Amino acid sequence: MKILTGNDLKTGAVTWWDGVQWSLHVEDAVDVGDHADTILARESAARRVNAAYAVDATKEPEGVRPAHIKERIRALGPTVRMDLTLKPADPEAGTWVI
Amino acid sequence: MYKYDTYDQAMVDARVEEFRDQVKRRLEGHITEDQFKPLRLMNGLYLQLHAYMLRVAVPYGTLSSAQMRMLGYIADKYDRGYGHFTTRQNIQYNWIKLEDAPDILADLASVEMHAIQTSGNCIRNTTSDQYAGAAADEVIDPRPYAELIRQWSTFHPEFSFLPRKFKMAVIASDTDRAAMRLHDIGIQLVKNDAGEVGAAFYVGGGMGRTPMVAPCINPFVPIDQMITYSEACLRVYNRYGRRDNKYKARIKILVHELGKDEYTRQVEAEFAHLLTQGIEPPLAELHRIQAQFADPAFEAGASDDLDRSDPDFALWVDTNCVVHKQPGYIAVTISLKPVGGIPGDASADQIRLMADLARDHSFDELRVTHAQNIVLPHVKKADLYGLWQQLDAAGLGTANLDRIGDIIACPGLDYCSLANARSIPVAQKISERLSDRSEAIGELKLKISGCINACGHHHAGHIGILGVDRKGVENYQLLLGGCEGADTSLGQITGPGFDEDGIVDAVEKATEVYLSTRQDGERFLDTYRRIGMAPFKEALYG
Repeated sequence: MKILTGNDLKTGAVTWWDGVQWSLHVEDAVDVGDHADTILARESAARRVNAAYAVDATKEPEGVRPAHIKERIRALGPTVRMDLTLKPADPEAGTWVI
Repeated sequence: MYKYDTYDQAMVDARVEEFRDQVKRRLEGHITEDQFKPLRLMNGLYLQLHAYMLRVAVPYGTLSSAQMRMLGYIADKYDRGYGHFTTRQNIQYNWIKLEDAPDILADLASVEMHAIQTSGNCIRNTTSDQYAGAAADEVIDPRPYAELIRQWSTFHPEFSFLPRKFKMAVIASDTDRAAMRLHDIGIQLVKNDAGEVGAAFYVGGGMGRTPMVAPCINPFVPIDQMITYSEACLRVYNRYGRRDNKYKARIKILVHELGKDEYTRQVEAEFAHLLTQGIEPPLAELHRIQAQFADPAFEAGASDDLDRSDPDFALWVDTNCVVHKQPGYIAVTISLKPVGGIPGDASADQIRLMADLARDHSFDELRVTHAQNIVLPHVKKADLYGLWQQLDAAGLGTANLDRIGDIIACPGLDYCSLANARSIPVAQKISERLSDRSEAIGELKLKISGCINACGHHHAGHIGILGVDRKGVENYQLLLGGCEGADTSLGQITGPGFDEDGIVDAVEKATEVYLSTRQDGERFLDTYRRIGMAPFKEALYG
């Protein structure tokens, strides 16, 4: 599947396209099929996202998982500072990245 | 330390307000990201893996305690309570909001700091010896010359859009502590037989995907022509540097392709022309700057005695402190590499503590080192034990300078959008695995980069590690034999790469080869140079 990611213009936070708006959580990401360019152009022009692009991902039982480790680190946060990730209370969250 | 004059302050203040307006226009949609990106980069603001990253310049690595305290304040107020000291003596914040960036720059300007020259194809922040002004072996304090270069290069209209970024370093000792020959221009200040100060120019060094050791193109440029000669070096590069290919655009490629002799000939011709133009700053300006780097008020007759009865303290003194030019004083390196820690990271509380200790015990001065540590350059030996106790209580007392735990590591794939592999976890695992053998191993400089850009200086590590992406999986190449000092050399790849755990095992095996074959007094690097690669390859792959 193809999903869209970018950064919030004001805060720089990593965001994912959930079909309606931009979510902080990769689990919310939806397959955009062949519509990536259209959505990216519209959302970037409206400044609802910055530096956005499409990435490959798979749908797994626990949710959407980007194909590349770089995008998984973007989705979670730095593996060396779990306290700064989106799941600071989950000590096993890093295993999802690797 | 250098204090801004009214021109310096006015320039920095104007820059803050200019950027404030640029950010406002971006947020309001009056300019696009394509238009805004070069503007934010000229103010040190990158868009990285998780957020905006702000790189703050620390000219030649020198900070006052007030400046250091401000860095801690920014970490708390605008970031997530920490900062990352870099291999170019700067500091980076990883979680910056665009809307806060102008206020951060304004706060920095209030203590004579900025983020200029930390990005873009300009002359970047000039680096220097972290012991400048304290080292017993320097011929002269290099910082006034680095400051002169800062003033000349800042906003230099001819060199704001070079073919690629451009890095300069200035040292004044035969012992190179700034990786000088791995810079675009490395300057070593020297004295001739008549006792006159001059500048030896090394041009065309660098790391990255094509590492080169800079050759000396002129062993003695009179000091009152240093800026003119620098300008000649830049002009030839600006004229002929490869703008058509980003990967061949650094000056090292030009010097290599032209050949040292032809490049030098062109520089000398340009230099002769520039001498007729009178572009050298007046000596009075250099003297004005030098006056601000006068020695602090050292206590005459301060005692050299140290109570070494605490073995942990004695080890730290032997490992992390170096001789000072002034009797009774010592230069202290505060390691930002606790066992298993993140190299170069410091919490806001630690930053404030170091600022306070500098105020109380080091004449208000600190230095950032390219090895991602902090130096208190002028500590009275009588104060040393109490200072160490405070550092140790704050997790800053690790005795590992230039040991295997003193690892240089770039932010890697945990933070950097350019990286191919994570650097920090590898550094942490090696530190945890081998730090208990630190003293047995002795001096061993280990450097890790998460991509070919080599921000972690892996080419110059006695042991270097390069992270690469192999079909979406992190892989690590091992290099041996690099060195950044006076005997600069580039590391050689041992062979096929390793996975994350495998590279830690490989480093351990390399140290075991060293320990089993070293001769009296040999460092890891010496043994490698004597026995060559073969025994290491046999241990790694045999």
